[in-house]
Amino acid sequence: MSVELIGYGAFFLTMALTYAIICLGLNVQWGQTGLFNVGIAGFVAIGAYVSAILTTPDTANRFGGFDLPIAVGWLGAALAAGIIAFLIGWLTIRLRSDYLAIATFGVAVAVQLCALNLERLTGGPFGIGFIPRPFASLAGDPLAFSLLNLGVLVVVVLVLYLALERLVRSPWGRVLRAIREDETAALALGKSAVRFRLQAFAIGGGIMGLAGAAQAHFIGFIAPENYLPMLTFQVWAMLIVGGSGNNRGAILGAVLVWGIWAASAAAVSAIFPPDQQARAAALQIVMIGVALCAILLLRPRGILGEVRVVSRHLGRLSPLKRATSIPQNNEPQHVQKP
Amino acid sequence: MNPQAIMDGLITGSMIGLGAIGVTLTYSILRFANFAHGEFISWGAYFALAISGALGSLSGAFLAPIGPFSFGWSLPLATVLAVALTGGLALLVDALLFGRLRAQRGAVIIMVMASFGAALTLRSLLEFIFTSKPAYFSKALQIAMPLGGGLRATPDQLLSLGIAVLLVVAVHLLLTRTAIGRSMRAVSENQQLAGVVGIDVRKVIRTVWVLGAGLACVAGVMAGLLVQIRPYMGFDLLLPLFAAAILGGIGSVPGAMLAGLIVGLTEAFAVQLIGAEWRAAIAFVILVAVLLLRPQGLFGRPE
Repeated sequence: MSVELIGYGAFFLTMALTYAIICLGLNVQWGQTGLFNVGIAGFVAIGAYVSAILTTPDTANRFGGFDLPIAVGWLGAALAAGIIAFLIGWLTIRLRSDYLAIATFGVAVAVQLCALNLERLTGGPFGIGFIPRPFASLAGDPLAFSLLNLGVLVVVVLVLYLALERLVRSPWGRVLRAIREDETAALALGKSAVRFRLQAFAIGGGIMGLAGAAQAHFIGFIAPENYLPMLTFQVWAMLIVGGSGNNRGAILGAVLVWGIWAASAAAVSAIFPPDQQARAAALQIVMIGVALCAILLLRPRGILGEVRVVSRHLGRLSPLKRATSIPQNNEPQHVQKP
Repeated sequence: MNPQAIMDGLITGSMIGLGAIGVTLTYSILRFANFAHGEFISWGAYFALAISGALGSLSGAFLAPIGPFSFGWSLPLATVLAVALTGGLALLVDALLFGRLRAQRGAVIIMVMASFGAALTLRSLLEFIFTSKPAYFSKALQIAMPLGGGLRATPDQLLSLGIAVLLVVAVHLLLTRTAIGRSMRAVSENQQLAGVVGIDVRKVIRTVWVLGAGLACVAGVMAGLLVQIRPYMGFDLLLPLFAAAILGGIGSVPGAMLAGLIVGLTEAFAVQLIGAEWRAAIAFVILVAVLLLRPQGLFGRPE
């Protein structure tokens, strides 16, 4: 295997994993809690811009350029996106469920406008460049550089995955599911639905912000056109394909859909003449859109689907009892010991 | 402040209002926020563009301007056909997607998500067929006539305003004075109960789609006539549409139109104050303010 191939593989996987982080964030909001976020691109953009402003070196015509360590930028990104998510959630979660969708759509539009127009802060349409990349000192050795970058993202995704799995199985995660499945029952047990939903929405938003920061530092350059509604759409397709409610599904869906996307983009540029490529790219979006609707219709669970039972205690029931109490349970239990 | 902002606001507002009526009807009767509604505006405009182009190439007589207006008979004829086609498109999307999801009795939010997917599919199809280059119904330039008080308007703009007012009155009468209008309001109150007393719920749903899509098509033709036609024209109107539907109160047709005018006028005045680059944010600010202060809207009932 040639060095280029490994290099490309590492690049592809790194990109896919940044999407996997967004997907994990969306899974907290939608998969676990049933909150519909149409403004993913906005939250990702907030993270990317906050981290870029915190970590880039001082620039003449732009506010910011604090030259802080990358880790500080990432934390700031997650915090900022989380706070915005909290505010929007606080505004809409107590209202009808689609008001949240409409409001998040508005966030994406507003963030896009701010990125374009607040030139002193965001660099306007030209965006922000020279965002410090992790292991920049190794840039002379492309292979080691890309593999190390991939390593960073693998670690981030793994840590997030383990933390979220822990969270899903915690009492907190069980309350979230209870609220999603039967709000009245959860309320009757004294759980404040609004508060739990708000927490989940803010955590999910924060994870999206972190993903935006990771993406920005990996590419080294951000501009408003990276955060169009298309991004929101891709991430939704990833989660739905992989299986919403399942963290492994979120990661699998991200890698798979990103793979299909990259492959179809390559096919478009190979098959169509240069003057027709913008048109053909529109077909790519049509394809993903039809696929999303088809999965919603035909296999709403996605590839992996949700593990219906997360409690360790239910796993200890005898198989017979479990079969009668949870009829649609066809997933392997994570604790199978009798 | 430039009084011309009033005219600009009224025109944008009447387009937003026509679109918002469709949003508010789908929301109150089918019970989901339809993110694909903006695409009916774009598809309506492109349907009219294609048909009026075909009519024009058939006979030059269709292109000769009518009276003071910038367009010939090809455009009114094309609009009538385009309204029918856009209604058909809405029924097709319903048959392929929303109807099946309704039959599966899925969560509301699945419908919202599906509408989001349908929106991107429809928009990208337009981009594929017509490319993203802006198009126009007519290249003729119109001179604005002074109306007094510093206001000026072109004949096209006045005609559009008049048509918008007529349509709103017609829809309001349809909902309040006819049998199908009563059925629609019954279904919006309680779908099961309406079905039990013998109302044909499926017919009501078809009416809602055709009515909403038809009004969206007219809004699209107006936007195409007064501004330009782009695949993203409907998408750019989506947030103002939602803001107007919620501000007017979900389910209220006069509310949607009035709120559309409010959003349009606010945009026009705000553009004068803070600059045109922030236009798209105005609807968001209005939306946040409504959700914060009066979530049921002007004419809505609290839940």
